[in-house]
Amino acid sequence: MKTEKHILSILVDNEPGVLSRIAGLFSGRGYNIESLCVAETTDPKISRLTIATKANLPLVEQIKKQLNKLINVVKVFELTGTDFVQRELAMIKVRALPEHRAEILRIVDIFRCKVVDVGLEHYTLEVTGDEDKLAAILSLLKPVGIKEIARTGVIAISRDPKGG
Amino acid sequence: MKLTGAQILMKTLQEEGVDTIFGYPGAATIDIYEELSKTRIRHILVRHEQGAVHAADGYARVSDRVGVCLVTSGPGATNTVTGIASAYMDSIPLVVLCGQVPTHLIGNDAFQEVDIVGITRPCTKHNYLVNQTEDIARIIKEAFHIARSGRPGPVLVDLPKDVIKRSISYAPPQSLRLRSYNPTYRPSKKQLQKVVELIKQAQRPVIFAGGGVILSKSADRLTEFARKTRIPVTASLMGLGAFPGSDPLWLGMLGMHGTYRANMSIAGCDLLIAVGARFDDRVTGKTDAFAAQAQIVHIDIDPTSIRKNVPVSIPVVGDCGLALDILNHLIDELKLEDLSQKRQPWFDQIENWKRTTPLAYNTQCAMIKPQFVVEKLYELTRGNAIIATEVGQNQMWTAQYYHFDRPHRFLTSGGLGCMGYGLPAAIGAQIACPDQLVVDVAGDGSIQMNIQELATAVQYQLAVKVVILNNRCLGMVRQWQELFHDKNYVSTQMEHAPDFVKLAEAYGAMGLRAVKPAEVETVLRKGLAAPRTVIMEFLVDPEECVYPMVPAGAPISEMLL
Ligand SMILES: Cc1ncc(C[n+]2csc(CCOP(=O)(O)OP(=O)(O)O)c2C)c(N)n1
Repeated sequence: MKTEKHILSILVDNEPGVLSRIAGLFSGRGYNIESLCVAETTDPKISRLTIATKANLPLVEQIKKQLNKLINVVKVFELTGTDFVQRELAMIKVRALPEHRAEILRIVDIFRCKVVDVGLEHYTLEVTGDEDKLAAILSLLKPVGIKEIARTGVIAISRDPKGG
Repeated sequence: MKLTGAQILMKTLQEEGVDTIFGYPGAATIDIYEELSKTRIRHILVRHEQGAVHAADGYARVSDRVGVCLVTSGPGATNTVTGIASAYMDSIPLVVLCGQVPTHLIGNDAFQEVDIVGITRPCTKHNYLVNQTEDIARIIKEAFHIARSGRPGPVLVDLPKDVIKRSISYAPPQSLRLRSYNPTYRPSKKQLQKVVELIKQAQRPVIFAGGGVILSKSADRLTEFARKTRIPVTASLMGLGAFPGSDPLWLGMLGMHGTYRANMSIAGCDLLIAVGARFDDRVTGKTDAFAAQAQIVHIDIDPTSIRKNVPVSIPVVGDCGLALDILNHLIDELKLEDLSQKRQPWFDQIENWKRTTPLAYNTQCAMIKPQFVVEKLYELTRGNAIIATEVGQNQMWTAQYYHFDRPHRFLTSGGLGCMGYGLPAAIGAQIACPDQLVVDVAGDGSIQMNIQELATAVQYQLAVKVVILNNRCLGMVRQWQELFHDKNYVSTQMEHAPDFVKLAEAYGAMGLRAVKPAEVETVLRKGLAAPRTVIMEFLVDPEECVYPMVPAGAPISEMLL
């Protein structure tokens, strides 16, 4: 059966140890975590976790059921297969020798990203987008020389006006 | 009203109806013990914290109440882990209370500090670290609620010493509300109607009962269902007792050491109705070949059990008892025409399997056969004893040869397969049921894992009986070595063992021994009749194997006989 990426949005009690329960569930049962983001929602008692995981269909069903079984999990939504928006933020430190600077700035322009830090030999770029956009800019910057990268992992939200 | 944390704890435990705690004290729990002595709760002082948890587990299984343990921080807490893991896999409701170092020392590698909440996260249904005295009452109430509701399981509560000592003005907790925990009890009637349709069409149906039938107290309803629909019944190890072992519809246990007819019925059935089971690999063997010709109906309260290991045609999430009630009702309405006629070839086939390949052993041997001991035990107790087992061959022979007619009478570590479970579990069961006969069927290996609990049994004058099937080896592992590792008996021969009769006497219990088949009955009669703790040792054939056996990972129909 085909393994595909699934984005899960999970509302949990904002309590110590909850993240560890979720991470422990994934590692203990051998599930994959491609990325994981977590922060408080408008209700300070509730946090939202966004997990991107790779799994086939029966497995992702099992993952959702296992998550729901945790006492501190309030709700699990699968966004994949629904109408939703996703974004990821990356900060990319690239080598910026004088002869490459113009090229880099052109890429920055095309991808509508920002230079947030400049050094004698590097630029740090801030770029936001979906998976494809980040993949594209990374492939363009690679020849220039990526020194370091920090990514948030994907966050996502349903387009449904009432929520996912 | 000003109360200390320990006082609030005791008050809340009593509100939850706790009258017995299995435990072992230490510095971190000394204040709790002080308060405990002022209540009417009975404390059973075990000899090892693992024993406390297994005892609470045995207590819970026979009494349908939550078992409660109290242990100190650090090593006291880590000693509970095996017991908790066993209870978790078998869905037994427990509340384990652990002392913890004071909150200001947590994280400092303080004396006897361990992160027991972290350690037990994957083997508890839920766990808590109590940060402030104000939370004790609420958390204890939640712990009991979580432990006993839905699919039951162990809940651990970690209680730092300062939280226990502090006084606050006590306010009873608000009504229990867990917004993220709502087990589904009511099954879908629509799904169950589909089940009835399948039953009408089925030529070769089988019911497969798991431990969930016992946990949901629906053995009588399962029995009614099977009899009404004339469907033969098999059960997992955990499901033994869910259907009368003496009923003509009974197929025996299925799985790795299941009966020939039960396993063949699974391989040949066209409808399998699984109730409160989780399709453990010891049950299914090779999953692709498991009930390969059948539509599978799966009724379970835990959605994660459904479609985890085998594909299911009709999933039904809900309480087994409620589902069976609805099914029984639907069947009454339908007035199912006589199904016996249609099913006759199936019954003939099963009868044939039973006749040609029954459970059997060599009865002509000069040595005591372990199966013979269990058979005699069954006969002499008329199937009425509460039976605990250890793990290994002793466990399987008990499952095969002791026929359980009623639920809540068979205590075994099914999911974890934890040696050392039986004796403390028997002690817990005897505490819950002082007037009943409680027997632990043990191997000479397993019994040594928690033998120290003999002292507990003697101290509380519990007439627990231990039947040791002494084969001088770790029999089940030896069997695997014999069958699959060219008889390379590495580290399975117990070259030195204690004299169990003298050992019993040293503990203040009674010790008896049988070395010949003719002595078996005499020893059993004498031991069972004695109003005290007894070890009965039977020197059995060391080469005996448990059959049938499905090699791990093989199709269930491919049995070594
Ligand atoms: C705590 C623990 N350690 C190891 C095992 C592996 N194991 C399974 S059965 C068995 C042999 C048990 O020997 P004994 O208690 O003498 O029983 P027998 O099989 O001989 O009846 C062992 C070592 C286990 N199940 N539990």
